[in-house]
Amino acid sequence: MTGATLLRRIAPQLLTLAAVIVLVSIYYPAFYQIVYVNDRLVGIPIDVIKRGAPVALLAIGMTLVIATRGIDLSVGAVMAICGASAAWSIDQGYGIGAALGLAGAAGLVCGLWNGVLVAFFGIQPIVATLILMVAGRGIAQLITGGTILTFDSDTFSFLGSGTLLGVPVPTVIWILTGIGFGLLVRRTALGLLVESIGVNLRASTLAGINSRVLLVAVYMGSGFCAALAGVIATADIRGADANNAGLWLELDAILAVVIGGNSLLGGRFSILASLLGAMIIQTINTGILLAGFPSEFNLVIKAVLVIVILVLQSPRIVPYLELLTTRRQRVKAPATKMEAGK
Amino acid sequence: MLERLLMASVAVFSLGAGVAGAQTIGFSQIGSESGWRAAETTVTMNEAKERGIDLRFSDAQQRQENQIAALRSFIAQGVDAILVAPVVATGWDSVLEEAAEAEIPVVLLDRMVDSSPDLYLTAVGSDLVHEGRVAGEWLVSAVNGEECRVVELQGTTGSSPAIDRKKGFEEGIAGADNIEIVRSQTGDFTRTRGKEVMESFLQAENGGADICALYAHNDDMAVGAIQAIKEAGLKPGEDILVVSIDAVPDIFQALAAGEANATVELTPNMAGPAFDALEAFFADGTMPEKFIQTESKLYTQADDPAGEYEARKDLGY
Repeated sequence: MTGATLLRRIAPQLLTLAAVIVLVSIYYPAFYQIVYVNDRLVGIPIDVIKRGAPVALLAIGMTLVIATRGIDLSVGAVMAICGASAAWSIDQGYGIGAALGLAGAAGLVCGLWNGVLVAFFGIQPIVATLILMVAGRGIAQLITGGTILTFDSDTFSFLGSGTLLGVPVPTVIWILTGIGFGLLVRRTALGLLVESIGVNLRASTLAGINSRVLLVAVYMGSGFCAALAGVIATADIRGADANNAGLWLELDAILAVVIGGNSLLGGRFSILASLLGAMIIQTINTGILLAGFPSEFNLVIKAVLVIVILVLQSPRIVPYLELLTTRRQRVKAPATKMEAGK
Repeated sequence: MLERLLMASVAVFSLGAGVAGAQTIGFSQIGSESGWRAAETTVTMNEAKERGIDLRFSDAQQRQENQIAALRSFIAQGVDAILVAPVVATGWDSVLEEAAEAEIPVVLLDRMVDSSPDLYLTAVGSDLVHEGRVAGEWLVSAVNGEECRVVELQGTTGSSPAIDRKKGFEEGIAGADNIEIVRSQTGDFTRTRGKEVMESFLQAENGGADICALYAHNDDMAVGAIQAIKEAGLKPGEDILVVSIDAVPDIFQALAAGEANATVELTPNMAGPAFDALEAFFADGTMPEKFIQTESKLYTQADDPAGEYEARKDLGY
């Protein structure tokens, strides 16, 4: 994808993000202030890119799953499982390496479970992942013993609340993960193959793509992203809360992918646009907290903003918007140049 | 006086035990929905053991039909009394009538039912508004007339603890014009949200410099908020006073470390007052009040938080 086409692809998301930021700064003018204190950057934009980390990570995996025409409802529960595994292993004194390894392995195993159900048993993704969504919190509770499993490890909690060169570590993690997944699918043919099985699974298989293995790999990728998100959430509060870690985040992740302009019917996808979607959602969340409305309004405000964003991006509305902009361009530029531009 | 009371209660107890032998009491618990609930089960079993009561325990796994079945089985076994922590408020009439016909007294723990009060002996529970009031009154005495801007972390929007604990706190600070709640948002009773919302409060209030105190509707949110305050470079407990409700073990660690200032206990010992009422009832037919309110005890840094933590950490919270 060249720079110009990429910009055109993510333009709606960038515009939306800018609009949401402007809206929030009307209620909270000091939005843009960023200061450097105690070796860390402090400010609302920093809060947004830090607090948005779990949804951003989930959105990376979710984008690929949705590109295959699937959906992964289990990511919130997988976060809880992985967070609980990590906290348990720290609590047992196995050290940070073991904790991260265990959490990552747990995420991959959960993804493998989902992938096998979808790819080999042909169960509809929404049902296959629903199983783990429901059962996952039970598994996490078994690991934590039904309590909030707290631990005392500065190295591990660094992953949730530490900073690198002033930037919060969760932010670094989601940006690196996004770049990693982006390079993996766009510098190889993997992205194209994922899109092709999303468009037509049967035709892709007949064309020689090993769609089963690819599907399992995509769900495992989603599980791995959920593991990272779970580790961050657990490290952030220095404890594994099986009941509440990642609760309802699967829905925010799906929303981020949709706001990112990716179709739930599979096919073409953009991880970058999904990440922008995650940041749009987090800006709304943070903005609501700053604006100081009574908490009864939180969900209503969020819903109204999301509806406005989705309507403006809908395929029925976009042609009208484009018509308006092109007319203006035609007035400015001579017709011949427009033709040449094409 | 105290000695006489003690003597009397010993006499009453031995009389009750003498009549019925070892008492058998059935206890239908909701299930293990939270750490507090687990602690309530542990404390109830300990109380029964101390009093020599044969406790028949039944876990309903959050389902009313299991509780009704458990109550019917207690009635069939002919227990002396039944304790029940009802999972929902409705649908108890017929099974309570069956217990009344078998002349088995029923005591409700922690939650209420909407059946006629004639159908149960008494109910033991805490007063959520009172808990909030105790927290508010503590803050009034702690700031001692100085200007104080308070931020509030509410429970889940619309839940009765969130509504009542907010109301109680506002009543507690009602007389003090120097105390003002400047920001109030929901933290959903969780650590994660407590920390996230506190971060935005700190941002919005001049990096926390304009906040004098935090009131959290439960300890978990306070624990999350304490971390946020520390990460913002402030000292929780000194720069920002922290008061919350529940008295779970983790808040005692924070109290011991000087990072929290006060917590109001929601006691898991509902069974103690229930057993007391039953003993009196069996001894001479004393009818207890229809609602026995448990004490909402205030704990501060001066109340041996480290010792309280040790006493509570194994209760299953």
